[in-house]
Amino acid sequence: MKDELVERIENNPKYDELVSKKNSLGIKLGIFVLVMFYAYILTIAFNKEILATKIGDGVTTIAFPIALAILIISFLTTLVYVKKANGEFEDLINDIKDDVKDVM
Amino acid sequence: MFKILALLSIFAVSVFAAGDANFEATQRELNIPAIIMFFIFVGATLGITYWAAKKTKSASDFYTAGGGISGFQNGMAIAGDYMSAASFLGISGLVYLSGYDGLIYAVGFLVGWPVILFLLAERLRNLGKFTFTDIAAFRLGQKEIRTLAAFGSLAVVTLYLIAQMVGSGKLIQVLFGLEYEYAVLLVGVMMIIYVTFGGMLATTWVQIIKAVLLLSGVSFMGFMVLSHFGFSFEALATKAVESHEKGQAIMAPGGFISDPISAISLGLALMLGTAGLPHVLMRFFTVGNAKEARKSVVYATGFIGYFYLVIAVIGLGAIVFLNSDAGAQYFVDGKLFGGNNMAAIHLSHIVGGNIFLGFISAVAFATILAVVAGLTLAGASAISHDLYASVINPNATEEQEIRVSKIAVIVIGIVGVVLGIAFEQQNIAFMVGLAFAIAASANFPILFLSIYWRKLTTRGAFIGGIVGLATAVILVVIGPIVWVQILGNEEALFPYKHPALFSVTAAFIAIWFFSITDKSQRAKDEEKAFEAQNIRAQTGFGAAGAVDH
Repeated sequence: MKDELVERIENNPKYDELVSKKNSLGIKLGIFVLVMFYAYILTIAFNKEILATKIGDGVTTIAFPIALAILIISFLTTLVYVKKANGEFEDLINDIKDDVKDVM
Repeated sequence: MFKILALLSIFAVSVFAAGDANFEATQRELNIPAIIMFFIFVGATLGITYWAAKKTKSASDFYTAGGGISGFQNGMAIAGDYMSAASFLGISGLVYLSGYDGLIYAVGFLVGWPVILFLLAERLRNLGKFTFTDIAAFRLGQKEIRTLAAFGSLAVVTLYLIAQMVGSGKLIQVLFGLEYEYAVLLVGVMMIIYVTFGGMLATTWVQIIKAVLLLSGVSFMGFMVLSHFGFSFEALATKAVESHEKGQAIMAPGGFISDPISAISLGLALMLGTAGLPHVLMRFFTVGNAKEARKSVVYATGFIGYFYLVIAVIGLGAIVFLNSDAGAQYFVDGKLFGGNNMAAIHLSHIVGGNIFLGFISAVAFATILAVVAGLTLAGASAISHDLYASVINPNATEEQEIRVSKIAVIVIGIVGVVLGIAFEQQNIAFMVGLAFAIAASANFPILFLSIYWRKLTTRGAFIGGIVGLATAVILVVIGPIVWVQILGNEEALFPYKHPALFSVTAAFIAIWFFSITDKSQRAKDEEKAFEAQNIRAQTGFGAAGAVDH
């Protein structure tokens, strides 16, 4: 990549916006998923009896809906990220491209 | 020979804690519907390979299917790499054996995906060309980094391949009634044909077809199981609790994860190991751009999540049906024929008859073939692209590079068959454990820091990579699996089965230390080059295009 192009992009406020928005969303969602997963794993490690609590009068325990919820939430977080990235972030990238197309 | 199937895939790292999951490779009479289904599948995939071979001309076609795979297709193929025979047979067998514990692994594997998406997927697509090593070598010393990362890839691929080969041989013995050696040879030959002729295009389509068949097959099984209980999970669970000797205990976590250190270490291995598997990472180069790369992760996460949910139903269904009168025929001397990993296969016979049994058997075998093909291609790329075309002969033409990859495929195929036969009687647990530990400790830290840390230097990455690799290998060797179970010592020198927490930490610390203390001019240049790399990673400007590389 040409030095001039690098400099132009670096000085483009939209590039700062893109990087900070992308990083902040990625970090937030990433921490969310990690906290959720480790909360689950550590519950199993330290206090698995809690997960054996039955739902109502049946035999099914709360451990099942919790696993189901983690699977669904994991999917939803990827969906949220991709919606945002493929929409807003890609638009920003296209704007930046327009701004620097004379040196590309 | 025990627990083979459980070891076939990713979650296998920890499954050997599961107790009695014996896989007894007793032979039985030829399974005709399975063999017919198998030949239909083989015929169809060879047809695809023929078609792919005609379209595969450039190196880009060979390694990345020309970048023309859509996000949906790639999501399917990634899900295919995930839904290996062990995910299917192993997790359902695990649920059959001990209930809820099987689900813990399912959750662990799925959770790795969002993290890969946020941290790696689009940057991989924007920076890379053919292999994940391209990214680490983007601004660092080509020779050192490519050599190191190529050997990291090859180590992971070989260990994983042996496990798949041994597992497939055993599976075929039970399913088709063929001899072990023939089974391994058959897998080796098929895989060489797919990869040498069809390259990534054929490999990807074989994977996609298998994923579709597998998803349809398990959906049918799940549907049939639930239909017996008026589509009530509670009714199924109640009956499963009544049928299982452990009773209510199967409804909650049991003894798989005992102490916090093991839990955290396993979690790390599951997550980071996945992010360092060369054959999975390679899939991000088959799509046209970062947008499609992101989409493919959403699809993959959806398919894999759905798959694991159905697997849980199938496992509980197996508890009910195999412990009923209809299930008695699948037991020999009080043990499930072929071991607990065959629970889903026997269940398929109960709910769908001979033809469906044949279908599921063929799909299970196809699953191994497809995963093995992906692994081989990843290994061949490490040799031809990272070692040959970038280090040994930088002036190589595309034709020469492709020729080297094809030779590499054949060599890896032969090595896989020979080692698969040689290791028939070996405990392959440590190989899979090691493969994951290496992927998480040697590959992931370099990949991650080269994308995110501007101060990373060649020296830091090189020394840190070796430290991660060595720590992982040593800790596995002196850990409970190799030191006690294989070498027969009284007590392990290192008490944990999962070294990831320690080896990953060691790798990161070493990379950090040897990078910040590197005061050379090269280190300064590498830091300066970070900005251009970061712009490309963030925006995709200058990234390899969909068709033309």
